[in-house]
This record gives sequence, structure tokens and C-alpha cells, in this order.
Amino acid sequence: MAKKANFETPAMRPYPTIPIIKEGVMKGDGPFFAKPDMQEALGYPIELVDNWQQVALDKMGELLTKYRSLRVYLDTCVKCGSCTDKCHYFIGTNDPKNMPVARQDLLRQVYRRYFTFAGKWFPKLVGAKDLTREVLDDWYNYYHQCSQCRRCSVFCPYGIDTAEISMAAREILDVVGIGQKYCNEIIAKVYKIGNNLGLPEPALRNTLEGLEEDIEDETGVKVRLPLDVEGAEILLITPSADFFAEPHIDGLIGYAKVFHEVGASWTLSSYASEAANFGMFIGSYENMRQISLRIHDAAKKLKVKRIIFGECGHAWRVAYSFLNTLAGPFDFLDKRYPVPQHICEYTYDLIQKGALKLNKAANDDMRITFHDSCNVARGSSMGNMPGGQFIIPREVIKACCNNFYDMAPDTIHDETFCCGGGGGLLTDDLMELRVKGVLPRMEALQQVVDDHGVTHLAAICAICKTQFAKILPYYGFEMDQIISIHQLVSNAIELTNVESTDEK
Amino acid sequence: MSTIEVNGKAVELDEEGYLVNLSEWNEDIGKILATQDEIELTDGHWEVITFLRDYYDEYQIAPAVRVLTKAIGKKLGKEKGNSKYLYQLFPYGPAKQACRFAGLPKPTGCV
Repeated sequence: MAKKANFETPAMRPYPTIPIIKEGVMKGDGPFFAKPDMQEALGYPIELVDNWQQVALDKMGELLTKYRSLRVYLDTCVKCGSCTDKCHYFIGTNDPKNMPVARQDLLRQVYRRYFTFAGKWFPKLVGAKDLTREVLDDWYNYYHQCSQCRRCSVFCPYGIDTAEISMAAREILDVVGIGQKYCNEIIAKVYKIGNNLGLPEPALRNTLEGLEEDIEDETGVKVRLPLDVEGAEILLITPSADFFAEPHIDGLIGYAKVFHEVGASWTLSSYASEAANFGMFIGSYENMRQISLRIHDAAKKLKVKRIIFGECGHAWRVAYSFLNTLAGPFDFLDKRYPVPQHICEYTYDLIQKGALKLNKAANDDMRITFHDSCNVARGSSMGNMPGGQFIIPREVIKACCNNFYDMAPDTIHDETFCCGGGGGLLTDDLMELRVKGVLPRMEALQQVVDDHGVTHLAAICAICKTQFAKILPYYGFEMDQIISIHQLVSNAIELTNVESTDEK
Repeated sequence: MSTIEVNGKAVELDEEGYLVNLSEWNEDIGKILATQDEIELTDGHWEVITFLRDYYDEYQIAPAVRVLTKAIGKKLGKEKGNSKYLYQLFPYGPAKQACRFAGLPKPTGCV
């Protein structure tokens, strides 16, 4: 951090074109390695083990058996080229190894060499390669240039999911002893303290009390942010960034106001004070399960009836797609509600019922567009309608403001571009990658800025929010042009319930 | 890992420039860390650094940006109680950069 950035922000292109290949421009050592104590906390060796090659191949064999999909993905690619220009990191960096097919091939070449007949006997004919140290280093570097956003899989005729290949590769790297510092440090903190940030219970309580004061100063209404309230009806699981960072915290205030307005009984948990699940980024089922179990245990202990997730992209994917498998059964919850629910779904339902009084004019100083977060757009759904993950957030925005404009159709919904910081890459040591990878999103944003005078980008993911706050200035925007959806709700909501929810 | 020399004593930094042993911190170290980012610490910087260190002493974590802006606003007047003022002091972000100068660990997570 002491160093000044020594790379150039890519220039926005008037028309998206297929980038000219620049071989090896993003070759490097990859992000910082996890420290021994972080590796240990996650159950991995503290440094590269002596027999790493064997350990890696054993792990690959295990994963191929465990995840049938992985073998299918490694087998079925026909090199049609459809994915090549779909990755934001390839578009932004021009490095051919950031083409999804090439990224897959890094693992595929080794798979072929050791796990297929042709690769064992005629390696050169089928592009099979020995697992050398050079290959391992390439894995570490280039699998940490994939945000596991799955945009490429939308365009692959076989639906090959590069994210899953990248997760497998990171899992193999972890078991041979080279983990990534950013992800593993964070997971270790969840185990130790309960959240990614390392925010202990007294600090969390202090922060929430401060927010209650702020809301009362601003609105004159006592809106509570309850913590560890046993017997509350709703447990809110939200990313710890919502307690700490800007603009996240304004979203948290928005959730609280919604709950307050309808007199809902809700609570946060200091034990499960994190929605994010970095276990997914490192492809580790076991770590993903450990993190998810905290939510299960907190829900049980607090005797809640419903679980609602705050604005967090991959948390929602883990929650929506895997929560029951990882940490179920949740048979102690109220069966009338989906397990879990998204906060946007909750607010949307209330809007449909006419339970919230929203003054759209309160957001008239903004012209808004919406950034679909990858893991919500492509990894999950929302509500009880197909495409709910696209419709619901937009409907919530439109109910709160008069000026909403979507970005170009091939950059939103399931074709959305990553913010450039997802998948465990939101770290300062990958700043060049983050700045370059956001290029296609910035181009789409620039277009609605030019065409419709858009001033703000709304998102429902803690990573997206932090990433945009950091990189918007590189492209000539301001850091505060990124906002939470529930910040718009917070601005628009008219608090008619002047009673404190204390006694409810 | 790297080391800096402060008043004849070697002080260890991690790869991101944060102190390895937090207890080693003193004001001279803070000044040198700031010089690395081409920042000369003024009274305004020290107000923030002192608040961060006091908060950390009590809660074992740096305060949320909002807690910090509020505290600074109370102390120095409303016009300074906003993140714009803090970003003027610490262009890389009041959380990460100010924590580094204050000898506190780097905030982690989606922040």
C-alpha cells in the first residue's frame, strides 16, 4: 500500500471490440500467500508440502469423484471459442490466459495427463502436461484472476462453469499448502470472532447503538437495531461490511427502518454476524459448511422463526442454493416463509401489500441504474417468480425513486459484468486486476451517464459496493456514486410508526 | 516482510506495510509510515490517529467509518464530520491508511 500504483487504467472503448492478445501481461506471483496461522485455522498445511505433486493429484482425483460436474466440465470443452471474449478480466487485461477456456485449460491439461487414457499415453497429442512447479504457480496466479462470476458459462454451449473449475483449483492449492492470504485470513476471523471484519460483540453493540442515535437524530423516531434478542421472529444475517463501511451502512439503516415501520420483531446475532461465506471462494465444502453452521446455530439459539439475508451477493448464492444441504434441516423455522429470504424480497412483499409509505421524490437528486451482482444474477433466484432476482431489486428501486435507467441489455441480468472484485479478489494486492477488470462495467455505466444523466449505481452486494467505491475514481467518477438499494428505501420511507419496537 | 529503522531500532512490517508487533508503535513510527505514502502528518491526522488508537484499546478493532466521522465531527465541528474530510487527510481511505499509520491491523473483509 505504501507503493503508488504503477499501471494504467484502461481507456474506455467507444464500441466493445475483441481485445488484442498480449501474451503474459498478467503473469506474476499472484496475491499474497496465507500465513501459517491462517492455514492452520482452516485445516491446511502451513507451507508447500514436500510431496505436493502427489497431494495435488490425489485431491484432484477426489474432487473428480466427488463432483461429477467437474469431470464433465473438464471433458466436454470443444474449443468453440464462444467464451473467449466474455470474461471481464480478459477484456480489461488482454492476457490470453484470462480467456475462460484458457483458464480451464490450466487445470484440464493436468487432468488429461493423469486421469485420461489419451493423456497418459499420448500427452502431446491432447495438450496434456505434467504437473510441474511452473504449472502450480500458473494456477495460483491465474485462478486468482477469476472472480468466479460465471458470466462465461452463460455463453458456453455446454454450460461449462469456469467458477467451479477455479474453486477446485484453489482447493487443491490450499491442500498443498499455498493458500491466499485475503480469503484465508478472513475465514480464520469468522471462526475466531464471528465475522470477516473481526468485529467483536462489544464493538458491534457500540456501532449499532451509535446508528440508533443517528437515525433518531435524523428522523426523530426511535428505530432499533437489536442484537442477540432471544425469541425475536426474524434473524437478520448481513455482511459485516454493513456494520463498518460506506455506503453499506446506509443499507443497514434502510433494513432497520423497514422492520421498524411494520413493527417486525427482529434481531442480529453476534455469533453469526456475517452473511458472507468465503468458504465458497476457496472451493472448500468443509469451510463453507462450518461458516453456514454458525447461522443454523444462532437461529436455533435465538429461537427465531425466519431468516432473512441482507445485501450480500455470494452470501445469497450460498444461502439460496446450498444452505439447507450445508447446515440444514431448518425444520424449526416457520414453514410459511422460504428459508432463507432476501431482504429485497421482504421489502418487495411489503411494497406489494402497500405496507410502506414511500416518497419517491426523496431520491429526486439521483438518477439511478442497477448493477446485478454475479452471484445473485447467475447463481440463484429470488422470490417465487422466474427471474425474480432481476425483477425484485429493480421493483424496489422503482418504488423508491422517479429516475431509473437500466444499462445495456448485454451487461445486465444474467449477462451482467462482474464489479471486478468478486470471488475473493477484493484485496489491495490485486488492485491492478480490479481496476482493469471493471472496464466493461464502467463502459456500460458511462453509456447511461451519457444517455440518461445517470448519477448513481445501486447494488446489493458488499463486495460490489466496496469495489466500486474504490475503483470509480480511476474512471473519472466519484467514490460516492455507488449506493445500497436499501439506502434508497431509507431515504424514501416515511416512518409512520412512531412507537419504539422495544416491547414488541 | 520488510523492516524500517526508527531511532536506531529495527521495526518489522508485513507485506502490506502494517506493523507486525502492534506494541512497538510510537509516534515516530507513525510519521515514518506516513512518509512512505508521501504524507506529512498534521494535527488533523493526529486527531484521527489518536481516536483510532483509543477506540482500538477499548474494542480491539478500528471503528466503523461512520463512528469515526461522528467522533471527529463532535470534536472538531460538523464541517469536518464527514468522510470527505477524512479522505482529504487519508486519500487511500481513513480505515486502511489511517490504521496503518496508527499501528493497528488492517481491517479485513468486504471493506
